[in-house]
Amino acid sequence: MLNPPERNDDANLPTAARDDGTGAEVPLSVYDLTVAYHRKPVIWDVGFDLPAGQLIGIVGPNGAGKSTLLKAVMDLIPRASGRVRVFGDTYRENRHRVGYVPQRESVDWQFPVSALDVVAMGLYDKIGWCRPVRKRHREQAREALGRVGIGDLADRQISQLSGGQQQRTFLARALVQDADLYLMDEPFAAVDAATERAIVEILRDLKERGKTAAVIHHDLQTVPEYFDYVVLLNMRVVAQGPVSQTFTQDNLQKTYGGRLTLLDEVTEAMRRRESSL
Amino acid sequence: MTGEPFVAWIGQMLPLGFSWSWGLDGWIVVIGSLAAVASSLLGNFLVLRKMSMLGDAITHAVLPGIAVAFLLTQTRSSPAMFVGAVIVGLLTAVFTEWIRGAGGVDEGASMGVVFTSLFALGLVILVQTADAVDLDPNCVLYGSIELTPLDTVSVGGRDVPRAAVVLAVVTVVNALFVLLFFKELRLTSFDPALATTMGFSSKWMHYGLMILVSVTAVACFESVGSILVVAMFIVPAAAAYMLTDRLGVMIAISIALAIVSAVLGHVLALSVPAWIGYRSTTTSGMIAVAAGGLFFAAATLGPRHGVLVKLVRRQLLSLRILCDDIVASLFRGEELEQQPPTATWLAGELFASNWSMKTALAMLRRRGEVADQDDRLQLTHVGRERGQRLVRSHRLWEQYLVDRAGSGAERIHDQAERFEHFTDRNLRDELAKETDTPVEDPHGRPIPDES
Ligand SMILES: Nc1ncnc2c1ncn2[C@@H]1O[C@H](COP(=O)(O)OP(=O)(O)OP(=O)(O)O)[C@@H](O)[C@H]1O
Ligand SMILES: [Mg+2]
Repeated sequence: MLNPPERNDDANLPTAARDDGTGAEVPLSVYDLTVAYHRKPVIWDVGFDLPAGQLIGIVGPNGAGKSTLLKAVMDLIPRASGRVRVFGDTYRENRHRVGYVPQRESVDWQFPVSALDVVAMGLYDKIGWCRPVRKRHREQAREALGRVGIGDLADRQISQLSGGQQQRTFLARALVQDADLYLMDEPFAAVDAATERAIVEILRDLKERGKTAAVIHHDLQTVPEYFDYVVLLNMRVVAQGPVSQTFTQDNLQKTYGGRLTLLDEVTEAMRRRESSL
Repeated sequence: MTGEPFVAWIGQMLPLGFSWSWGLDGWIVVIGSLAAVASSLLGNFLVLRKMSMLGDAITHAVLPGIAVAFLLTQTRSSPAMFVGAVIVGLLTAVFTEWIRGAGGVDEGASMGVVFTSLFALGLVILVQTADAVDLDPNCVLYGSIELTPLDTVSVGGRDVPRAAVVLAVVTVVNALFVLLFFKELRLTSFDPALATTMGFSSKWMHYGLMILVSVTAVACFESVGSILVVAMFIVPAAAAYMLTDRLGVMIAISIALAIVSAVLGHVLALSVPAWIGYRSTTTSGMIAVAAGGLFFAAATLGPRHGVLVKLVRRQLLSLRILCDDIVASLFRGEELEQQPPTATWLAGELFASNWSMKTALAMLRRRGEVADQDDRLQLTHVGRERGQRLVRSHRLWEQYLVDRAGSGAERIHDQAERFEHFTDRNLRDELAKETDTPVEDPHGRPIPDES
């Protein structure tokens, strides 16, 4: 394994202990997480603790490893090293408390299912193996579609929904999962102002009910408005903390500036060297 | 068999010129249908998971499994054959994954490497052993469904073809698999990531599916052969995909299409060569041809992706727009108190072809919106109302585009011309409200009231 680059700040160390004394469990605690594709690390030694009951923005340039981070947390891709704790236990143990909203491009929208079918998928975990989806589950799914404002489109095949409506469908699916921690991959990508407002409403409603949501977000302008806490990511955690303190020009410069592409270059060079041996 | 009168009736109705025997042809159709249904049940998920190629690969690659099992046990119907095929089938899936991951090549290429090698290996073993044992390589490749009724076993005191029994069992197993795991198959096929986070491992679903594909391929070998079985897996399901946008319906349609292709295939195999003076041809080949024909029909006629349907829809729309244009232009003529135009003049004005003008006018006359006066066209009362609505929409749009969208006055006509055809009463009311109920459009022409 390659050696991680020198550690020059404390950003990658968890800021809070597992039990911070307030009695609230830490919804997601990541320690020393490294993930590699084809032996090329895309996130290095990432560590953070997310505060409970807040809206958290995960921000960073394209290719920073944001999606990779979420996937690694949920065991969707193997980790090279590191530890992940969800509500103080392994992800596997607490996976029913985690709701996932994947990137919209991750599924085939031509698939022969209706919006209602997709939302009902959020209940499959509760329904259990081999049991059919029943009427009350469909009612629940319909109600969730109503909550995100597209109740009248429940029976549409999903390719006949607009991009924003597809995003709302995914959100409704996460809502029926009734999780305590939501991980969302760019829910605001390519949606219009009305959908954006609707999504923000839903996020605030979740917060009100004591849920935590970690949201990958690209629009820096709206970060202070939408989120309480922010994790700035570019292969490593550049900074993390309450938006008011952390979301500074200086930190953004570090996240989006060229500094870390050097890291990229050096690992690429190392990889090439190794594979030529 | 009780079907004799029915077949006699078909024979009378359709002078197809072939003879039919229930004891033989009946079983052939039953066996063909079972093979097709068993395969297409799984095929739906191969198609939806974009794994048609893997289905193809497995059905070819199980050949060495069969050959080796046959070599070892010297019998055709041994469970060893199934075990051998399942092992090789799974190896195909695993190797494909492995070569793709390790070699960094795309899935199609790695599959190509795996299954052609395994298929070739199987062929070599088969040809080498064919002399020593009673197995015809041709049968393995193309199947011999015509001979299957002769090899019977006794079930409850009756002689039933062995192939029918084996295929019936496999069909039931596949049907149970699809029914029991319907929800899981749907989820893992649509969104494997979410499925995995929920503890429905899409990997295990994948391998479960691959095991059943291997088993089904072996069961179908004798009847349809290793080359055609992939047509059974993919074609009915792919055709069903074109015809519906509900998964349950898609599966049901694929089953129906599978049965229809089997029946049609056998009837065609018996009748077509007779028409052109040959002896009957292979049924399994004809089943695949029939399935291909049904797929072609679905591709052209299907409501979802059908080429023909889209073409017809587009034609109908352009006809409706032409009707709108005729009515609106007659209305504008009346407004300016011009003499009513002739059809030829109007066609030139609207750049309409002779044929479409005739069709549009025929539609308008039948609906009583346009009447002829000598060789001139006039609006009826109904037609005038329609024209008024269209012109109102057009001018409201122009007003709106200038007012709200800030467009220049030169560019608005073409846009309004397009929008007017898709503007209903509600939209007009909203337009009027947004533009403060104007009485004139930007060019100073009056905006007519709502009729
Ligand atoms: N399956 C994969 N195989 C190889 N490399 C991958 C794979 N998925 C992602 N990568 C690489 O890992 C890095 C991080 O990707 P990731 O998708 O996590 O970025 P991201 O921060 O989500 O970017 P974006 O803002 O564009 O969504 C990228 O350099 C990408 O090229
Ligand atoms: Mg991403």
